[in-house]
Amino acid sequence: MKKKDEKKPPKSKNLTLFHISDRLVYNLVIKFSHILYANNMWNRKDEGMNEVIVSMKNVCKNFPGVKALDNVNFELRSGEVMALLGENGAGKSTLMKILSGVYTRDSGELEIFGKNYGNLTPKQAEEAGVAIIHQELNLCRHLTVAENIFLGREIYGKIALDNARMEAEAQKILDGLKIDINPRQVVGDLPVSKQQMVEIAKALSVNAKILVMDEPTSALTSKEIDELFRIILDLKSEGKGIVYISHRLEELQHIVDRVTIMRDGQYILTAGFNDLTMDEIITNMVGREIKEKFPRVECEKGKVIFEVKNLNAGRMVRDINFSVNEGEIVGFAGLMGAGRTETTRAIFGVDEKSSGQIFVDGEEVKINCPMDAIKHGVVLAPEDRKKDGLCTQLSIRDNITLPNLDMVCNKAGVVNSKKEKDMCDKTVENLKIKTPNVDILAGNLSGGNQQKVVVGKWLARNSRVVIFDEPTRGIDVGAKVEIYNLMNELKKQGIAVMFVSSEMPEVMGIADRIIVMCDGRITGEVMAKDTTQSEILKLATSFEDKKIGSN
Amino acid sequence: MNREKTSLWKRIVGIRGMGASLTAFVGLIIIYTVFGIMNPTVFSGENLMNLLRSMSKYLLIGIAQSYVMITGNIDLSIGSQVAMSAMLSAELMVLGVNPIIAITISLISCLIMGVINGILVGKFRLPPFIATLGTMFAARGIAYMINGNRNTDAISTGIGKDAADRFQNILYYGKTLGVYNTFWISFIVFVIFFFVLSRTKTGRHIYAIGSNIDAAKLSGVNIVAATTKAYLVSSICSWLVGLILCAQAGMGNMEAGNTYEMYGVAAGVIGGVSPNGGTGLLLGTFMGAAVWQTLENGLNMIGVQVGIQRLVIGVIVVAAVLMDIISRSGKFSRKKS
Repeated sequence: MKKKDEKKPPKSKNLTLFHISDRLVYNLVIKFSHILYANNMWNRKDEGMNEVIVSMKNVCKNFPGVKALDNVNFELRSGEVMALLGENGAGKSTLMKILSGVYTRDSGELEIFGKNYGNLTPKQAEEAGVAIIHQELNLCRHLTVAENIFLGREIYGKIALDNARMEAEAQKILDGLKIDINPRQVVGDLPVSKQQMVEIAKALSVNAKILVMDEPTSALTSKEIDELFRIILDLKSEGKGIVYISHRLEELQHIVDRVTIMRDGQYILTAGFNDLTMDEIITNMVGREIKEKFPRVECEKGKVIFEVKNLNAGRMVRDINFSVNEGEIVGFAGLMGAGRTETTRAIFGVDEKSSGQIFVDGEEVKINCPMDAIKHGVVLAPEDRKKDGLCTQLSIRDNITLPNLDMVCNKAGVVNSKKEKDMCDKTVENLKIKTPNVDILAGNLSGGNQQKVVVGKWLARNSRVVIFDEPTRGIDVGAKVEIYNLMNELKKQGIAVMFVSSEMPEVMGIADRIIVMCDGRITGEVMAKDTTQSEILKLATSFEDKKIGSN
Repeated sequence: MNREKTSLWKRIVGIRGMGASLTAFVGLIIIYTVFGIMNPTVFSGENLMNLLRSMSKYLLIGIAQSYVMITGNIDLSIGSQVAMSAMLSAELMVLGVNPIIAITISLISCLIMGVINGILVGKFRLPPFIATLGTMFAARGIAYMINGNRNTDAISTGIGKDAADRFQNILYYGKTLGVYNTFWISFIVFVIFFFVLSRTKTGRHIYAIGSNIDAAKLSGVNIVAATTKAYLVSSICSWLVGLILCAQAGMGNMEAGNTYEMYGVAAGVIGGVSPNGGTGLLLGTFMGAAVWQTLENGLNMIGVQVGIQRLVIGVIVVAAVLMDIISRSGKFSRKKS
């Protein structure tokens, strides 16, 4: 009890509403009010609308080597939409995972509906009314809408499942949301927007009172977004608390009441949406000095080596035009899902291109598959090292020679061990890969050294264009610097370097020129020396007008 | 209410997997007619009865494998469990044990195999191919061990001729209402498991984990239980097939049920059960088993040699899956554009 006394109620305003100072009685009243709520007996327009329903204080969470959350505060009231903003990796998802019981916090207080939870389990969170609408939808595609809504809580008739009743109940929930979906439809046949609404309906069917929406609009068209916003506003007027996570800042004005901004795992501020300008929001999201040191090498800018014209490949690669000169590193900045990785994949020939031309050294080259790209000297160090870049169960030697077998084999296709060994030794030495010998498994190396192997296998042959996709993700600072040095080395040798990274400081520190992408398009090109993080973030969030149209 | 009345046909076709079942049914009719025209004996009542009886085994195996395939897994141990069931019940009867007790003991042994499969796959997340490969060898080994690497003697030597005849009649040689008992047994099993799969929580969960195991888990579905139940159904069906084979031969054969698990895959796949999980209807499996048996029967009747029979069946299985993939990818690209 003592502990509770120390902790002041989050908003003293609420206290005075009830004219009761005793914390305990206050809690009782709150609880009682929620019983009333659940039974819809509470007048909706009553002062009960602005209860604090979630309160998180000084929450900390450490992952090995990373401080994911550092004394974060978060508060959600009933009947409001709270935007949770921050760059990639700011800790938004981690915070929400703590709220839903997926992660346990290391320290800090967590209260849901006035009840203090020590160790919140996913089940407790669900019972307390927390529901997350995930970015990647969590539905069974083969089952119908009603079956999905009632999955795990099926209703039985006398002997068999009562499908008719479940369908009717599902229909009731969907009608309540004013959504036109037939509960008998198979979920996989519905468009993504409808699937999302099914997820919302599913959450509401378990009586969720706190809805967390993670980037709900990223896959929706403007019309569908309108529909979603209408639903959100309806839910809000019913007194539900909604946490809204989105990178699309301009859409916030339609629905958001308050914003909480996070940055690098730290809590920055909470304020009414109308009290902040868009610029203030962006400054607060970015607002950090570039602390790390980036080794920059100045080179004479030469002729154009690599050029991409009118490249199109699906929705995430639209009308991409850019060129890379000799002695230049071109950075690609943007938020996650901006289409940068897709662009690199399309260039490298992994994904099919619908149109576009690629020039290497002024000559047009046809790249239909990765083999074509390699032949023309275009190589890619992919984003997901372990999945796409390395065969972790093979030795370093096997990994390095894999794309270069033509160089170490004789005409019959037999590997010449000596040539192979020379090639590997040279690569290991050039890139300073720290390993006792080349026969240990690539998977056993540290992240930084793995990355060097990924790059090293390409450098063994004479590449003209090297594409780095998130080369420094998940590796330590020292190894990062070595990767930077490597890129600089390539730059000095006159090789065109494309550098894709989500970490703005490193793009600004290493690249000479920065191309910013958003939603599959290039939205701007800036010189690294004259730009600011705010400018890049603005470009990275400049989504097209909401009149994309549903086609 | 209105909606239901106006589109009953649409609703039937709209049931998951109904399309494939209907396709297989149409295929069945065509195959049967073509063979019947080539050799009218195919249409004879006697042949039809034989066809239904020999189809029963494939139907049971098909149900077994379909249940597991709908969860997105596979059961390679079916054939070995068949042998284990046949050997164990036969040997017990040779030793003079009451048939009821004998088959109960062999049921229990099969269920244990099913639980092991379910726990290995559901709980320890072993790749189902590996887990059931292990139980496949183990169960076959047990079948060999039961009578010291030999087939059993005739069951009549243990329980006497009358009891043995009764056993064989109930399961294989006898008829009820003019149709062989074997078919009735498999048909009743089919109806029960059809009901379980389409109208109970267990069935719903089996579809759910095959469709999206993470979503199912987040929705509170007990993955281990659902997986184990699917493997248990597989074991029960294998057990029955073992008994049928035992009754047919009047003894236990160690090599009984060899490669039956693959027949099960074929029957399911022809009827539209996806090996990737999430879709399929037991009605399709029924059709698949019927198609398979009609083909075998028909090719036999028109005097085609065994080699060609196998080849034709191989082509049919691949064609069925290919059709499934093409129709699905067709749908996918439609949606995308």
